[in-house]
Amino acid sequence: MKSEEIKVCILRVGGTNCDAETKRSLEELSVQAEIVHVNEMVKRRSLLEYDALIFPGGFSYGDYVRAGVIWAKWIIAKLGKELKVFADENRPILGICNGFQVLVEAGLLPGFEGISSYPEASLATNVPPGYNCRWVHIKHENKGKCIFTWKVPKGKILRMPVAHSEGRFIFAKEKEKQYLERLYENDQLVFRYCYKNGEYAEGCFPINPNSSFYDIAGVCNSEGTIFGLMPHPERAFYWWQQPDWTRQGWMPQYGDGKLIFENLISYLEKES
Amino acid sequence: MKYRLRIEVRLKPGHSDPEGETTARLLKELGYKVEAVNVSKVYSVFLEAESRKEAETKAEEMCKRLLANPTKDSYAIVIEEEK
Repeated sequence: MKSEEIKVCILRVGGTNCDAETKRSLEELSVQAEIVHVNEMVKRRSLLEYDALIFPGGFSYGDYVRAGVIWAKWIIAKLGKELKVFADENRPILGICNGFQVLVEAGLLPGFEGISSYPEASLATNVPPGYNCRWVHIKHENKGKCIFTWKVPKGKILRMPVAHSEGRFIFAKEKEKQYLERLYENDQLVFRYCYKNGEYAEGCFPINPNSSFYDIAGVCNSEGTIFGLMPHPERAFYWWQQPDWTRQGWMPQYGDGKLIFENLISYLEKES
Repeated sequence: MKYRLRIEVRLKPGHSDPEGETTARLLKELGYKVEAVNVSKVYSVFLEAESRKEAETKAEEMCKRLLANPTKDSYAIVIEEEK
């Protein structure tokens, strides 16, 4: 499949606010990207019209109950069968920030054994508490399973911004060790917060901006086709989105966020 | 029958409660000898059900399906008949 033939759906609901940037990033890479409201999807459309699905960032349903949970349960109730087919056919699904929270609450991530009925992880309130918006460094940990980073070398350090209040990735206390081992065994660990030089944050604020367990910033499912991360690749796509662009004499044309979308597209081109 | 479900969702022991810790710190600043603060969320759900047992089952379902994330949350349910 040529990139111009690829159709990506960016779903939105009330409170979604990163859909336009995500669409622009994909269009810059010559892909057809469409923003579709979930009500429109339920009434007149089908998820299966698309090659990939993105849950963008924002504050869906005002973050009521828990961030992402209302959208997650709503979509399972209304589009659960289609979503399951979509996931079973290994069509890529990306969740950015609030989208990551949705995928976790919906049981799609970490998805050790497919879609789980109840969440196996949580994106809890930041420690220290409060909304945290800053640029962070993340280290690529994946060995090639995650299709959103499959061409990115393991150990590469990327720079992207985070902007959230509930981004502390955690497992149930009694399952921390077991689930961390499974993330490694299945190659599901994708990004960890780190210093500029690549040393892991080891929970140190603000390098790890939310006290995420094991500095986890992003994970994929056991198939590598569903991926969620708290940092925003769509806000680190162009050179001029980066905070130091006025101070640098020269910068590459694109930021590190481009890699996520580029890898998705190259995977779809290869697979179909 | 009409029932009022009082569902309290709170963090399981051992999980960080940043909101509680911040509140406790401020209460101490205000001069109170506070040891700790735990923050929980209370939902009052008004429901029609055939029996108290059915109301209880529905409340459990609500917690598992939406109100609590088993990774970090526990919950307590109190059921009252509405007159």
